[in-house]
Formats: sequence, C-alpha cells, structure tokens
Amino acid sequence: MNTRYLALILLLLSSSSLWAIEVYDFKNQQQRELYQELTQELRCLVCQNQNLADSDADLAKDLKNQVADFVMNNQDKDTILAYMVQRYGDFVTYNPPLNAGTFFLWFSPFIVLLIGAVILIFNIRKKKQ
Amino acid sequence: MKKIVITLIPLALFFGLVTLLFLNMGYHNEHVPSPLIGKSVPSFELPLLYEDKTMTEQDFIGEPWLLNVWGSWCPNCLYEHPVVTDLAQSGKLKVVGLNWKDEFSDADNWLKRLGNPYDVILVDYVGNTAIDFGVYGAPESFLIDANGIIVHKIVGELTPENVANEILPKLAQLQ
Repeated sequence: MNTRYLALILLLLSSSSLWAIEVYDFKNQQQRELYQELTQELRCLVCQNQNLADSDADLAKDLKNQVADFVMNNQDKDTILAYMVQRYGDFVTYNPPLNAGTFFLWFSPFIVLLIGAVILIFNIRKKKQ
Repeated sequence: MKKIVITLIPLALFFGLVTLLFLNMGYHNEHVPSPLIGKSVPSFELPLLYEDKTMTEQDFIGEPWLLNVWGSWCPNCLYEHPVVTDLAQSGKLKVVGLNWKDEFSDADNWLKRLGNPYDVILVDYVGNTAIDFGVYGAPESFLIDANGIIVHKIVGELTPENVANEILPKLAQLQ
C-alpha cells in the first residue's frame, strides 16, 4: 500500500514543469538561461493562462523550437521578443511594454495606493481632532 | 447620516467591482488582436498540396484573396467548410487554403470526402509560415488586398454572419 502512495506522489511530482527535460543542445549556460527566461515570459496563445515553458500545446512546442533556434543562433532577447510581438502583438508577452494601451494596466495599482493614502490621511486627521 | 454614507462606500465599491467583472465576463473572448492588419503579408515560399511546385506571396499580387488556415485534424474546419465552399463558389474572391501541420493523406481524404473549395492549397507542414502569420489556432482566415496588404483577420470559423458582415463589406471597400 505504501509503495502505491509513493508511486502516486512521484507521478504527481513529475508533472511539475520543474522536472521538464529540455532537449535542445545549447552551447552554454547563458543560452540555456536565456531560453528559460524567454519561455517563462512568453504566453502560450492556445492556453492563454500558461506561459510557453509550462505548455504542451502543439503551437507552444513550435514556438519553443523557434525560440531555441534563435537562442542557438545567438540572437539577443530583444530581437526574439520583437519577433514574437510583431506576429502576435503585446498580448504574447507577460511583461507588456508601457504604451497608451497598457497605461492603465501599469498605473492602476498606484491609483489604488493613492486612494488608500488619502483615506488614511483623512482618518488620521479625524482622530487628531 | 454622514457616517452611514461613509460606511456604505466600501459596499458601493464592492458592487461596482462586481458589476464591472460581470460585464467583462460577457465581453471576454480568446481573440488576440492581430498586429499584422494593415501590414504586408509575411514572405513565404510553400509547396502546393496537389502540384509539384512552390508559390510565394508575390504570386498572389493583383487581386484580393482570402487565406484560410485549416487542417484535417481541426473540428471547426469541418464546421466552416460549407461556408468556405459557398464563398469560393460565389466567385467574389479567390480562396486560398493553407494546410497547416497536416499529413498529405489525411488532407487528401478530407478534401475528397467534403469537396475542395480552394483555388489553390499551400502546405505548411512544419508550421513556420503559420507562426509568421501569427496563427494560434485553426481555422483562421486572412483577407488580403491586391497589393498584398492584410486587411482583416477572422479567428475561428467563418460563418454566414461574419462573411456577410465583415468579409464582404471589407472586400467591397477594396474595389
């Protein structure tokens, strides 16, 4: 019985992306790290709440192959990201650039912070009186 | 009175948020807006399904055309097939197929069973051209003008509605 549980736990653990084996033949550690970084940052377009690294969709595999090819050909990060954004738009990256369309996305937390600060100051003043 | 108003603010904010999220729920879809609209068709050189030659994007300059990305493995392509056939048979524009990540025998059987609506069928076995077009699922259709500029993109199947309300009006604007 115990071994069964152990087998089940191992099976569950092995599904984690941490255990994913990358089959690409990178020249050095920098390339491997750049590949990891990019696939973490790029969105899988098919399963939209996953990044490329976590996704096993066919298109995600194609895109990972593409990213690996670029990395092995010594393309830098910006070039590879630009390639993806040109084809799939800002949506493809989990780290969208700051522009008119994403302004609210980037600054809404600060607006909420500001509202909180105003309420806090208001309350402190009231207490002092 | 003032106190009641102040205590009601968080509640009002909460319901405001609920309303906002609820409204967005209906709006949410998986359509990624294409950055390629208004740009030139990405360059490609692809083999044809039924002829022993390749074609490039330059071969399609001169008249508007519709690029329909499909595969025999794709259930919604089956669903849109009659619509693609109707559009191609109407003779209003040239309909070109892009057979995406498909085996020849599967594609051939599919077309033999359902009929081949396409003027010509390009084959992208590896999927590189589809990536250049920003394709992330099949079917997808691109309306391209006579100069090779992408005018419109439909993600998902063509329906009588989106043909009548999107494809044909955009096509009419081109002529």
